[in-house]
Amino acid sequence: MKKFLARNGPGYVFLLPWFLGFFLLALGPILASLYLSFTRYDMVGDPRWIGFDNYQYMFERDRRFWKALEVTFTYVFLSVPARLIMALGVAMLLDKGLRTIGVYRAIFYLPSLLGASIAIAILWRQLFAADGVVNQILAKFGIEGAAWISNPDTSLYTLVVLAMWQFGSPMLIFLAGLRGIPRDLYEAAEIDGTSKRRQFFRITLPLLAPVIFFNLVLQTIEAFKTFSSAFIISGGTGAPADSLLFYTVYLFNEAFKFFRMGYASALAWVLLIIIGFFTAVSFFTSKYWVHYENERD
Amino acid sequence: MKTNVIEKAVEPDVLEEMRHSAEIAHELRLRQQQRSRRARIYKHIFLIGMSVMMLYPLFWLFASSLKPENEIFNTLSLWPSEFNWDNYTKGWEALPISFTVFYANSAIVTVLSVIGNLLSCSFAAYAFARLQFSGKNLFFALMMMTLMIPYHVVLIPQYVLFLNLGWVDTYLPLVVPRFLASEAFFIFLMVQFFRQIPRELDEAAMIDGCSPFKIYWAIILPLSLPAMGTAAIFSLIWVWEDFLAPLIYLNDIKSYTVPLALRLFLDQEGQSVYGQMFAMSMLSLVPVIIFFVAFQKLIVRGIATSGMK
Repeated sequence: MKKFLARNGPGYVFLLPWFLGFFLLALGPILASLYLSFTRYDMVGDPRWIGFDNYQYMFERDRRFWKALEVTFTYVFLSVPARLIMALGVAMLLDKGLRTIGVYRAIFYLPSLLGASIAIAILWRQLFAADGVVNQILAKFGIEGAAWISNPDTSLYTLVVLAMWQFGSPMLIFLAGLRGIPRDLYEAAEIDGTSKRRQFFRITLPLLAPVIFFNLVLQTIEAFKTFSSAFIISGGTGAPADSLLFYTVYLFNEAFKFFRMGYASALAWVLLIIIGFFTAVSFFTSKYWVHYENERD
Repeated sequence: MKTNVIEKAVEPDVLEEMRHSAEIAHELRLRQQQRSRRARIYKHIFLIGMSVMMLYPLFWLFASSLKPENEIFNTLSLWPSEFNWDNYTKGWEALPISFTVFYANSAIVTVLSVIGNLLSCSFAAYAFARLQFSGKNLFFALMMMTLMIPYHVVLIPQYVLFLNLGWVDTYLPLVVPRFLASEAFFIFLMVQFFRQIPRELDEAAMIDGCSPFKIYWAIILPLSLPAMGTAAIFSLIWVWEDFLAPLIYLNDIKSYTVPLALRLFLDQEGQSVYGQMFAMSMLSLVPVIIFFVAFQKLIVRGIATSGMK
C-alpha cells in the first residue's frame, strides 16, 4: 500500500480536480441522462420509468425530431466540406513565400474567434434580412434578393455562409501542416517536370492526410454542436417553419422550455451516439487513407 | 581571375558557346523572376479582395453602430452622414439594467473561469505528461473522449445537480466546472507542450530532491508560458462569448452576462433601436479583438522561442 502510494500518489493528486470533474460533470451526467431517457421527468415530481416509450415516440411519431436531424445533417454535410476546402485553399495560397502572411493570417482568423458570439449572430440576422446589406449589394448587380432568413428554403444557407466565414482555425492547422512538408519534395518534382496539379495530388494531399483527418473529425463534431448562432438567428425556436431547427435547439427547447427532461435526455443520447458513430467511422477508416510520416510514442 | 584561367584552358569557340548558354540561363532566370513577381501581385490582389470580404461584416457593424436610425438599411455607404456616438451612450443604458452591471458580471465570470481553467488543466496535463501512475493510459483515453461529448448531453443532469445544490442563479455552475478541468481541449494542448520540455530538466531537479509539485511550479510552468498564454486567451474568449450555460443558469436580469443582455435587444426589435443594438454588439466584440491582437504577438513569440532550439 505504501509502495503503491509512493509510486502513484503525486500523479493522483495532480489529477484530482480532473477526476472530480470527470465523474461529477461528465461520466455521471452521461449515465444519469441514459437513465432519465427511460423516464418521464418534468422536474416537479420524481422521474417515472416508462421504458422505451421516449425512443419509440421519437422514431415513430415525432416529426420534429426527424426535421431536426434533416436540418442538422444538411448543415454538417454542407458546412464542413465548404469550410475545409476554403481553409486548405487559403492556407496553400499563404504558405508559399509571402512576407505579409501575418497580416492575412490575422484577418482570416479573426472571424473564427468572433463567430460564436451573440453579437455576430445578431449581425448575421440583419445582413441577410429582406432589406439587409446582402440584398442591397445584389440589387447593384441587378439581382433580386430574397428574404434569406425568413424564407425556409434559404434560411439554412445563411448559417452555412456563417460557417464558411469562420474557416480560420482549420486554416491555421493546415498552415502548420504545410510547413511540415519538406520543400525538397516539391523541388524534386519540379525538376522531374511534374505539373502543379499532380504535385498537389501526389505530394500535398497524401502528406497532409493526418492534418485533414484531424480537421475533419474536429469540424464535424463542432458542426453537430452548433447552437448559439442557430438559436439567435431562428429567434430561439428553429423558425421559420422549423428550417433552422438544429438538433441542439430542439433539445434545448424540449428541456428548458417544455421541461420534458426525460425526452430531452433521450434526444441527448441519440446525439451522443450519432457523434460517436461519425468519430468511430473516421477513426476506423483513417488507416486506409491516412499515413503518418514518422510515428512517435 | 578564375575566368582568365578558364579562358586559357579552353578553345575560343567552346568558350563562346559557354558564354551563350550562360546568357540564356540568365535570361530564363530573369523571366522566371518576372513571372513569379507577377504571380505574387495577383496573389496579393486576390488576398486583399478576400480580406475586404472577410472584414466587411465587421465594418458594416461598426458603421451601422454610428449611423442615424434611418440610414442603416437605406444606404450601402459605410460612411455615416453624421457620427451618432450617442448610440453607444444610449445603448449602454437602453435596457432596464445598465451595461456596467453586465460587463462587471461577465468580467467576474471570465476572470474566475480563466484562473480555474489554467490551474486545473495544467495540473492534469502535468500528471499526464510527466508523472507515472497506474491507469494513466486509460484516463488519458477517457479524457480525450470527453473532447467529443457535446455539452448538450451532460446538460440536463448537470442542471438537476446544480439545482439541487441551490446553485441556479449564481455563478457557481459557470465557474466551478472550470476548476475541475472540464475543458479537455486545454489539457490536450498543455500535454502537447509539456512533452516538448526536455526531461533532463525534471530528472536533474528530482535528483536534487525537488518534489513533483516543485518541478511543476519551478520548471514546467515557467517554461510553458506560451502554452499557458494561448490557453488563457482561448479560454478568455470562449467564456466571454459563452451563451448556453448563462442562458440556462442565470434567470435574474441583474446577474446577466453581456451575451444574455445582447439577446434582450432582439425582443425589442422593430422599436427602432437597431443603432443601439449594433453599438452594444460592436462593443462586446472589442475585448475579443483587443485580446486577439495580444494573442497574435504571443503566438509569434511562442513560435520564435520554440524555433530557437
